[in-house]
Amino acid sequence: MTTLNNTPGAKSFPGAHDIYRTELSNGITLLVRSNFNSPSVYMGGYLHCGSLFDPMDKLGISNFTSLALMRGTQHQTFQQIYGSLEAVGASLGFGAGVHNVSFGAHALNEDLPLVMQLLSDALRLPAFPTEPCERLRAQMLSSLAIRAQDTGDQADMALDALLFPNHPYGRPEDGFIETVKNITLEDLQRFHQRHYGPNGMVIAIVGGIEPQQALEGVAQALGDWENADQPAAPSLPEILPMQAGERKHIAIPGKYQTDLVMGVVAMKRTAPDYFAASLGNNVLGQFGMMGRIGDVVREKAGLAYHASTSISASLLGGSWEVSAGVNPENLQKAIDLIHQELRRFASEPVQAEELQDSQANYIGRLPLALESNAGVVNALLNIERFDLGLDYYQNYAGRVKAVTPEMVLEAARKYWTLETMGIVSAGPALSDAPLPA
Amino acid sequence: MNAVTKVNLSNGLVVQLKEVHTTPIISHWLWYRIGSRDERPGYTGASHWVEHMQFKGTPTFPPGVLDKAIAREGGNWNAFTHLDWTTYYETLPAEKIDLALTLEADRMTNSLFLTDEVESERTVIVSEREGNENEPLFRLGEAVQTAAFQRHAYGHEIIGLPQDLERMQRADLYEHYQTYYRPSNAVLAIAGDFDTQEMINRLEEVYSQFPVASTAGDQDMPRPARPEPPSSAEQRVKVVGPGEMTYLQVSYHSPAAAHPDFFAFTVLDSLLSGPTSLNMFGGGGISNKTSRLYQALVDKEWVVSVHGGLQATIDPFLYDINLTVHPEREADDALKALDEQLTRLHEEHVTEAEIARAIKQARALFAFGSENITNQAFWLGYAEMFANYTWFTGYVEALEQITPEDVLRVAQTYLVPQNRIVGLYLPNGEKGEETDDDFE
Repeated sequence: MTTLNNTPGAKSFPGAHDIYRTELSNGITLLVRSNFNSPSVYMGGYLHCGSLFDPMDKLGISNFTSLALMRGTQHQTFQQIYGSLEAVGASLGFGAGVHNVSFGAHALNEDLPLVMQLLSDALRLPAFPTEPCERLRAQMLSSLAIRAQDTGDQADMALDALLFPNHPYGRPEDGFIETVKNITLEDLQRFHQRHYGPNGMVIAIVGGIEPQQALEGVAQALGDWENADQPAAPSLPEILPMQAGERKHIAIPGKYQTDLVMGVVAMKRTAPDYFAASLGNNVLGQFGMMGRIGDVVREKAGLAYHASTSISASLLGGSWEVSAGVNPENLQKAIDLIHQELRRFASEPVQAEELQDSQANYIGRLPLALESNAGVVNALLNIERFDLGLDYYQNYAGRVKAVTPEMVLEAARKYWTLETMGIVSAGPALSDAPLPA
Repeated sequence: MNAVTKVNLSNGLVVQLKEVHTTPIISHWLWYRIGSRDERPGYTGASHWVEHMQFKGTPTFPPGVLDKAIAREGGNWNAFTHLDWTTYYETLPAEKIDLALTLEADRMTNSLFLTDEVESERTVIVSEREGNENEPLFRLGEAVQTAAFQRHAYGHEIIGLPQDLERMQRADLYEHYQTYYRPSNAVLAIAGDFDTQEMINRLEEVYSQFPVASTAGDQDMPRPARPEPPSSAEQRVKVVGPGEMTYLQVSYHSPAAAHPDFFAFTVLDSLLSGPTSLNMFGGGGISNKTSRLYQALVDKEWVVSVHGGLQATIDPFLYDINLTVHPEREADDALKALDEQLTRLHEEHVTEAEIARAIKQARALFAFGSENITNQAFWLGYAEMFANYTWFTGYVEALEQITPEDVLRVAQTYLVPQNRIVGLYLPNGEKGEETDDDFE
């Protein structure tokens, strides 16, 4: 309890004192935090059956399977499932990431049992009926056709492929048109039978419900679920920095703006330098009106409406990226300005005042992130997924304050090796001149 | 629901306060009754551009200081320009709220509009527009909106026309700012962890710099309201652009938010295309897979998606139905399938059960939205922009009064061919290609 007052307002944050955590005998972990101020309840969670199990010729199968769970079960048709959900204004949805299939549900408190029953039905007894699933496939293929025209999506995908060659992080969870066409409904059934199971599943529930009541609901719906064949995650190639810089442009005719992304391979979420990098990223391309990058590209040069940076840190590795949307004529100017800022960021420590600003921002914004039930569910899942400890948010301010300008510089130097950066733009065709770099 | 205190300051500022003590946060929203609705031809986009300039500094908070000041306190802030209004919000840890109070009062009258900053923001806004133009649905929506309003200023996109964004100068924007940014044209809405009387005392101090409102009212604020005459025939517009997908946007002139028909229209929208959430922050939405149009159009494979949207506005605006046509179908056939459902609404009463469902959905959306203090403060001001706060508090009750006869009448009144614009986006089929270059 000595750390309770470490973060201003910490007593209102989730911690060991008010998070109920238990493990069911079949491997499901349940986290609950009651909030009786709320007339509604939010439930989120995940299972270990993400796109890292996708075969190369059937990329998108994990995502397709997750979306098809609600297209009909052995007990209910598609229309019956959504009829009962929508009639009470509730929602339940699934989607695949690389490691996990995630789900989220929102309902008035009195409707949680209904949602829990649907969750169980969808996870355990999906029927993959032909017509609804073929309609779903047509919708997915249309989304992929739209994605092919989206300059931001195209640039992001191409950069991921550069940063993570031969790794699931470099491949889109929703697959490609050809691979989604390759997937049969029997494939979905097999994927479900083999990979869906309670082992490693996590459920977090926040709202007007007692932990014991939540436990009883989960135990009744999913307590007797077993899958003896559920496989462990396959071993994956090590993630290494790029060996040489690469520059790509994706020409999409008829567009008015070019999306630009520049990025490097970065750390996993549990790496010791994650916090230093994250705060450095805030200085570089988040703080205020998008940090230093926003200041030079948007505020001073007026080149872009958005220009910012982000770190995406997952279980095995991550990326650190700059993104901006610019007029095609200003592309080179934007790249040059960003280069300058990255060079400075990787060679000089951030100023003490800049870091203090970002530290204050991190600490001050926490109550906002944790005010809604959905925000707390995300926090609980974060704690569980990365093994951060139930008092992570109680001790958060101390971690943030421990970062120094030298630690930020060390992380910046380690990851922002500009000669091995990936640069991708997507927009109108470039002239025949050599690609700007 | 917690009590709301309404106060009118002598300078004309309307203040709405709601104490919520569930978490140590306060959300502060300042709403101005100025949006694209009030813009003259040649000056489209002025409201939005002025909103951008409000982030560019005052003598007290020079350029670049404002955003850092908020971020340093861990706050969220942003601004939005809409058809009828422009709003600025800050959500901050409760003990830091004075920053929002002082900076909003300050930039109500002291913004600098430095010429260099105006020019730099011109290209930022052009860039914002170009980003929008990358999206087929923006291009289609703009074409439909333009066709829908021959006279009313709702006919142009909020961001403004490209030629106006090139033409307007600092003086135009500053005049717009000086004309519409004043206490008597604003509503201040605050929700969160504070004491109402202490907050009122502090607001009286902060806004004491503004003179007592003129008894002449706001006659010097031009409102070039140009009522749209009823249309006599269906209009069709076509946009051709990049991509592979065909889109339809079918838009009907719809009632103003304060019109009695708005609530029956809300029920109609809910059962036709799924409930529209008016919450700006939080809560999420409800899917529409059992709505009539989803079942008739998506389940029957005429389209791959359908969405409807009704907006709460001062003057009659548009009820949009957006369809993404199935790749193996023709747009005309999808439109026929849509029209069959609309004919059904004209000929048959909807059931009491359908209405009850729409009410339950609205109740759930309200509950979800109330989880979040920012959204609670949003509603305190938002409802005042087109009606008043009782519109919001009485919303579910108003829906409960709706009968099948009301829905039938509204369908027969509004969802008729002469009241609609059919927009078609046809892809030209051009696809992209990738080029590589190692830059070593």
